[in-house]
Amino acid sequence: MPNFLKTDETGSDLRHDAYDDSRPLLMNCACGRVHGKDSLIGCSDSARVSTLQSQSVQSVEQTSQNFMEAAFIKAMFPVDSVRRGFLRAVGASTARAAISSVLPLSALQAMAQDKGSIEKKDLKIGFIAITCASPLIMAEPLGFYRKEGLNVQLMKTAGWALIRDKMINKEHDASHFLSPMPLAMSMGLGSNQVSMNVASIQNTNGQAITLHLKHKNLRDPRQWKGFKLAVPFEYSMHNFLLRYYLAENGVNPDTDVQIRVTPPPEMVANLRAGNIDGFLGPDPFNQRAVYDEVGFIHILSKEIWDGHPCCAFGMSDEFIKQNPNTFAALYRAVLTASYMANQDKDRELIAKVISPAQYLNQPESVITQVLTGKFADGLGGVRNVPDRASFDPVPWQSMAVWMLTQMKRWGYVKGDINYKQIAEKVFLLTDAKKYMAQAGFKPPEGAYKKFKVMGKEFDPSKAEEYANSFAIAKKA
Amino acid sequence: MISVRLKAKVLSLLIFVVFLGIWHVSTFTPSGVGVLGSGSSAMTAEQLEYQKLMGKDIGTQKSTGFPSPDQMSKAIAKQLSDPFYDNGPNDKGIAIQLGYSLLRVGLGFFLAALVAIPFGFAIGMSPLLFSAFDPFIQILKPISPLAWMPLALYTIKDSSLSGIFVIFICSVWPMLINTAFGVSSVKKEWLNVASTLEVSPLRKAFLVILPAAAPTILTGMRISMGIAWLVIVAAEMLVGGTGIGYFLWNEWNNLSLTSVIFAILLIGIVGMLLDTCFAQFQKWVTYVE
Repeated sequence: MPNFLKTDETGSDLRHDAYDDSRPLLMNCACGRVHGKDSLIGCSDSARVSTLQSQSVQSVEQTSQNFMEAAFIKAMFPVDSVRRGFLRAVGASTARAAISSVLPLSALQAMAQDKGSIEKKDLKIGFIAITCASPLIMAEPLGFYRKEGLNVQLMKTAGWALIRDKMINKEHDASHFLSPMPLAMSMGLGSNQVSMNVASIQNTNGQAITLHLKHKNLRDPRQWKGFKLAVPFEYSMHNFLLRYYLAENGVNPDTDVQIRVTPPPEMVANLRAGNIDGFLGPDPFNQRAVYDEVGFIHILSKEIWDGHPCCAFGMSDEFIKQNPNTFAALYRAVLTASYMANQDKDRELIAKVISPAQYLNQPESVITQVLTGKFADGLGGVRNVPDRASFDPVPWQSMAVWMLTQMKRWGYVKGDINYKQIAEKVFLLTDAKKYMAQAGFKPPEGAYKKFKVMGKEFDPSKAEEYANSFAIAKKA
Repeated sequence: MISVRLKAKVLSLLIFVVFLGIWHVSTFTPSGVGVLGSGSSAMTAEQLEYQKLMGKDIGTQKSTGFPSPDQMSKAIAKQLSDPFYDNGPNDKGIAIQLGYSLLRVGLGFFLAALVAIPFGFAIGMSPLLFSAFDPFIQILKPISPLAWMPLALYTIKDSSLSGIFVIFICSVWPMLINTAFGVSSVKKEWLNVASTLEVSPLRKAFLVILPAAAPTILTGMRISMGIAWLVIVAAEMLVGGTGIGYFLWNEWNNLSLTSVIFAILLIGIVGMLLDTCFAQFQKWVTYVE
């Protein structure tokens, strides 16, 4: 259970030792101070990391046992000085024996734990070194995988095509994806047909259009004809959002500009070299372009569609069928990380944990600016957009339908599409809700959340009409 | 007489010193005068904050642009001081990375030698086979090894094996061609002597042809090794995971020129050492007629 994420009365740290008469029955941070229930603000970073780690490393069973015992003892001795006096008088071991004789701890625990044995303990998970992958990366150093009994190796991968190939080749068990990729793979677009799934969305918002500094006076997309713009992959939200944005501004993305595929890590180098005029890419590379004084942030992607999904966490049908319990454990670990990442309070800590060389390999300041939303825009201004990057994990099926409409609009899919059928097969909303409940979070209602893209309402029940409603499109 | 080699050494050293000097001068920035140096009092709070977010805070040194020799030597010392650290699959010490690359090159090269030398022998001894295979070899030889990568990934379904395959495919051709050429140009007189003495074909191959063709074969191997070392870096940049090529790529992502230069230096030095090894082997098998 992700105890420290729950905002119940038990607070942020549940290392209760009810049988210690030398300490009050309270929650202490590794920095030695007692914090309120909502944050670790004020401790040194290392103390915060070690607190989070020790919370996570502890086995689930141990934590819940301690918690139940502590709750029981707290109920017996509401006044702490009485508890400590009692323990001193009879000794801790006597007290423990006496209490376990009246409290059927093992039965209670069995009720709390409804988990099967894990079929595959050692897992390889592929990722691209971008902040979109924050939840699945931080789950490693913070011990969320270990807590679920998984031994996960995170494999940094060089580009999205390789992510796809390594999933098809089964070199990776699960992977960081661009959320349209599993849709495309399941439909056999751009690869052999392999049934892939989106277990959870990794991040929402968190992208931006970055232009070379020499274009700082060309803020109207209508002036961009002839530009070379980069996106990370064809089947990406980046591609669809950039095309949408350009088309809404009267620029035909197929004929007026050149959109080329460039792996995210190479975008800044290409921008510096003048190979591209700009990119709609993932962070930290937008911020890195600013930090290295080669580009400026034109708009954040949330200004195109606030709350848009970007990357996803997924695995193949086959993996889920063969390893249902591993799948469940992995799901809980990643959801836990997503929830932690989605809260504002620990963003600086997350930046610290994911910026070293084995993960993102970026200056910490850059990651902090991306995650906290207080950033330099590259033109001399400081902007404060707290929801610049969010990590809402819910795989709404309406999002999948929107992606399919855009694939249709730009000619990636030909012929008729059964939007709902594909969306429901690939986006595992039902599972997401189930494991959210298991991991102790409140699952959301519904399946087809409505949203607006650049002011235009999207109704998932009228997908085909929507796909055909655009003036600029490339019909197959 | 002694002076030619000595002069060459002195000249090398001189070139190096001049190079360092130019490098130092061209990357020299007067220290102490940061962006915030004198004008910081004139800046508004927002400007100060902006500078801080851009990494130009007072007291912090943000290295932009090309590193100076001084920064370079510090970076090299830092990397070499702990070459064996292992922070999980994505961050390993430089010696471990080099080890992976050498292992891949060694394996691919060994497999290539295993195929190319016997096969080269066969087509070298038979003019018929030589002409039959020649068009295929001529078509396959000029293909850039990395062009094989997508095909290899698709069919082999394993990225590290694909890397080894690419090394294999690039080192096979020079060895094959040189072996065939070496074997076919063994002197007719020597073969005739062997026939007169009724030497068995196997004995003839190992005791007459092999020593005679060895220098040419070794030349082929030396060329192959050079190509293999060139290719491994590119292959690892493409596939990622481990190796000196991955290290270079990972540091490129971080836009850390110091580490990139360090990797380049290291690749050069290792390549030179490999070449020297083969030059030594070549010396051992060379004969004077």
